[in-house]
Amino acid sequence: MTAVLSPGLLAAGDPTLATHLAVHGPLRPPAPDAVADLAAAHGLTGRGGAGFPVAVKLRAVAGAAHAGRRRAVVVGNGAEGEPAAHKDAVLLARAPHLVLDGLQLVAAATGADDAVLAVPGPVVAVLERHLAERADPVPVRLVAVPDRFLAGEESALVSVVDGGPPLPRSKRPPVRERGVAGRPSLVQNVETLARLALLARGDRRAAAGVLVTRHAAGLPVDVADVPLTARLDAVLPLATGVQAVLVGGYHGSWLTVGTAAGVTLEPAELAGVGAALGAGVLAALPEDRCGLVETARVVGHLAEQSAGRCGPCLNGLPRIAAALQALARPGPPHPGLLADLGRWCGLVVGRGACSHPDGSVRLVASALRVFEPELAVHASGCCRARPGTAPFLPLGSGA
Amino acid sequence: MSRAERLVLDPIGCRGHGVCAELLPERITLDEWGFPLLAPGDLPAGLHRSARRAVAACPARALDLDVERH
Repeated sequence: MTAVLSPGLLAAGDPTLATHLAVHGPLRPPAPDAVADLAAAHGLTGRGGAGFPVAVKLRAVAGAAHAGRRRAVVVGNGAEGEPAAHKDAVLLARAPHLVLDGLQLVAAATGADDAVLAVPGPVVAVLERHLAERADPVPVRLVAVPDRFLAGEESALVSVVDGGPPLPRSKRPPVRERGVAGRPSLVQNVETLARLALLARGDRRAAAGVLVTRHAAGLPVDVADVPLTARLDAVLPLATGVQAVLVGGYHGSWLTVGTAAGVTLEPAELAGVGAALGAGVLAALPEDRCGLVETARVVGHLAEQSAGRCGPCLNGLPRIAAALQALARPGPPHPGLLADLGRWCGLVVGRGACSHPDGSVRLVASALRVFEPELAVHASGCCRARPGTAPFLPLGSGA
Repeated sequence: MSRAERLVLDPIGCRGHGVCAELLPERITLDEWGFPLLAPGDLPAGLHRSARRAVAACPARALDLDVERH
C-alpha cells in the first residue's frame, strides 16, 4: 500500500525493553508541570476519538486532585472497541514500553499514585511480562476490558476498572473529578501516551502524526503511522475501483471519493468536509459493494451495542437501524420511511450520556448523503452490490 | 449579579415518567417515546417556582436546576 510513513511510534523492530531503549533512549522524566507544558507547546491532542487537547485534560485532573485533596488515578485506554480499528492493538504489540513511559509521564503530571493500563483480556499476559522488566516509580495495574463497542468510553472504562459493567455512566460529576474509586481520574488513549513519550524525548514530529487502520479491497488491513499533513489519497489508494471512503470508523462519516481525494488528515480540513479521524479508521469501499447495505449492517451492530441506559438511544437506535435495513433492500420503501428516519435521528442527537447516539447518527446522515443515488436505484428494485459478495466492513472481533 | 437557572437532565436516570412535562409544559415536552425534550437556554423569569416543583416531583431524581452566577 502507498505509504507516507514516518519512523517514530512503530520504529522499534521488537517490543522488548532492550530494543525500546536502543531505539528511543531512556526517558528522562521532566518536572511534573513540564509535561502539560510540553503537550501544550506541541498541540498534542487525544488519539482516542474526541481529539481533546492533552494539556487541558492534564491540568484539569491535576487541579481537581489539588482542590479535592485526593491523589489522582491515571488510566491508559487500550480498549479499542471499534471493530474496524486495530491501531491500539498494533501499538501495544509493537511498542508497549512507549505506552508505559507515557503512562508514567501523565502520572507525574497529575501527581497520581495509581496507574492503570486497560486492555483487551487476551493481551494482559504479554503486557504483564513487559511490565515486569521495568522499574516504574508509579506501580501499574493491568485491567482486562471486555470486547464491547462502548467499553472504551471514558466513564464505561472507569466502571470496568472499578469492577463494574462496561457501560457509560452519568457525566455529572465528570471522571476528571470522580473517576476510579471516586478519585480524580485521567483517561488517555494509549497512542496519545506513546506520542507523549516521544515528545518528552525531543521527537517534535510525534504530535504531528496519527496511527490509522487502513481497509482497502485486495490489500491486507494494516496500521500505519502517518503525518497529519498527508493527503488522504496518499494514505489510502483511491484512484480506481473505489466508490466512497469511510473516515473515522463507525462513529465517523462517509465521503465521496472526490471529496476524500481533496483533503489531508488535518483535523480542521476534515472538519471542513464534515469528517473527523475519530478512531483512526480509513476504509475505501469498493465499487462492487452497496454503501447502504454496509451502513445498515454497521448501524444494526451499533444499535445492539447501545448500553440501553438512555431512553432516546434505547428507543431510537433500533428504529433507525430497522429503517436503514429497509432502505438497504431493493424495492420501493414504505412511504414516509425517510421522513421517520430523519425525525428519529434528530430525536437521539445530543440526548445521551455518551456520544454513541450522536456518532451513530453522524454515520447514518453521511450515508444518506453520499449514497443518495443508490437510494433511487434501490427504489427501482435494483442494487449495485455484486450478488454473493462478503460484507466489506468488519463487525466484532476478528470479523 | 444575576442568577441564571437552567434545567438539566440526567439521561441515564430518566425513566420517562413524564411528570416534568405535566408540571412545566412551558419548557418541557415529551418525545414520541415519552422522554423529555428540554427547551434550550436559561429559564425565563416567572418559571422558577414551577421548575423547582418539576425537579422535586421527578420520581427518578433525574431533573435538576443548574445555577450560574453572572
